[in-house]
Amino acid sequence: MQELFTTYLPELLAGLWMTARLTAVSFIGSLVLGTIAAAFRISPIVPLRAVGRLYVELFVNIPLISLLVVVTFGLPDIGITFDLFTCAALSMALLGGAFTCEAIRTGVNAVSVGQIEAARSIGLDFFGVLRHVLFPQAYRSVVQPLVNVFIGILLSSSLAGVIGVKDLTLQVSEINNQAALGLTAYMVAAFAYVIISLLAGGFGAWLEKRWRVQR
Amino acid sequence: MSSQEHVFDAVGPRGRRVIRLVTAASIIVIAAVVVLIVQRFGAAGQLAGDRWAEFTQWPYIQFLLAGLGNTAIAAAISAVIAIPTALLMAIGRTSRRAWIRWPATIYIEFFRSVPLLLVVYIFVSGLPTYGINPDIFWKLVIPISLCSSGVMAEIFRAGILALPAGQVEAALSIGLRHSQATRFIVLPQAVRIVVPSMVAQLVVLLKDTTLGYAVSYPELMKTANNLTAYTNHLIQTYLVIAAVYVVTNVLISHLARYLERRISRRTVRTGRASRAGVPAGIG
Repeated sequence: MQELFTTYLPELLAGLWMTARLTAVSFIGSLVLGTIAAAFRISPIVPLRAVGRLYVELFVNIPLISLLVVVTFGLPDIGITFDLFTCAALSMALLGGAFTCEAIRTGVNAVSVGQIEAARSIGLDFFGVLRHVLFPQAYRSVVQPLVNVFIGILLSSSLAGVIGVKDLTLQVSEINNQAALGLTAYMVAAFAYVIISLLAGGFGAWLEKRWRVQR
Repeated sequence: MSSQEHVFDAVGPRGRRVIRLVTAASIIVIAAVVVLIVQRFGAAGQLAGDRWAEFTQWPYIQFLLAGLGNTAIAAAISAVIAIPTALLMAIGRTSRRAWIRWPATIYIEFFRSVPLLLVVYIFVSGLPTYGINPDIFWKLVIPISLCSSGVMAEIFRAGILALPAGQVEAALSIGLRHSQATRFIVLPQAVRIVVPSMVAQLVVLLKDTTLGYAVSYPELMKTANNLTAYTNHLIQTYLVIAAVYVVTNVLISHLARYLERRISRRTVRTGRASRAGVPAGIG
């Protein structure tokens, strides 16, 4: 334990910082993609609905590792190259966006039909209904599912290590390979993940209570 | 679902015209994007027939099928270990006795919030220090079982909590003990409620086995990796493999949705355990 914190503290902190950055960027990307996909899926434009549906079906079901490998090692074959961090964040945002879209759609379905009819009858167009009536309520009612997406992204960010992004999991694995600390390094990392997950869950519960829609 | 139609239903002539115009425009944009992608592949010479031909030749297919078989075995064994463990932990967490409830809660919360890869690394390079050094198969399957049993336990618990309290009260009032009420009244119903969600969770299990890629267990993903080392047809192989995963998972999800429809038709429920079809867990 002593050795871990005296010798390897910089590596540990660098790993934690990488995990935090990767999770944050991917989660924001997921929210953006998920919102666009949800708008597509409830729009009156049939081809866009099909695109939204295809996107969700594809990325809900693809394993992250295979997407990571395609993006990182496959895309250069057709002349598209990103740096490793972008590859990881892009893959995770694509996956997270599909789950976010499904969460938002659950929230949209929870808004009663009368509200939408009322919104339309006062002259709001499709985007007006989405922006002022549907999405504000949808987001508020799916805080908890969105927190689950966040935690899912946090945990899956460890897979970025497979393509060489030095996140917390890869860092502790490398520390352990150098110093053979047994379980110590891994337990410290596990503790960090548990703390972040619990904090996210707590924050979600607080936000949900604060934002609860009165119906 | 009902609200969806009402976002745009009963549009007038102007609305219909706008929808027609945007539909046409979106078709053009989508077609343009598809053409662009195909062109990109073509320009890089990735569409050449010989780069795809191997996926029609039996030796290559056989090689990949062996990987798929290992994937199926790993996923199946993980499910066989994880589901009973999860049920046990869910019963533990809903127990009235604190000394059962707390360990079960800690187990569930820990394995739900720790990355699977970290647990795999613990088995690959942490535990061998202490003389625990099982086969690579178990170094993959045990972590998958641990992590998914945490998630599945919460699904079971949701099923248990979805039952109205009156059921247990009624059971106790006719003289059953708590353990009997759990066994004969709560579990049969709770398990039935969560069957669709459990099936949907198999998708996550199947995806989890791709971590074999990181620890060199020869499941489908690692097999594909080995194949590309030989053929050098990276993008083709990984796209084919990704398609195999997507198709398999879509089929499992459809089975889950079918089961959900069937079960919700036959039983009267007060609560919903969780939505089948969309598995929890990104991985």
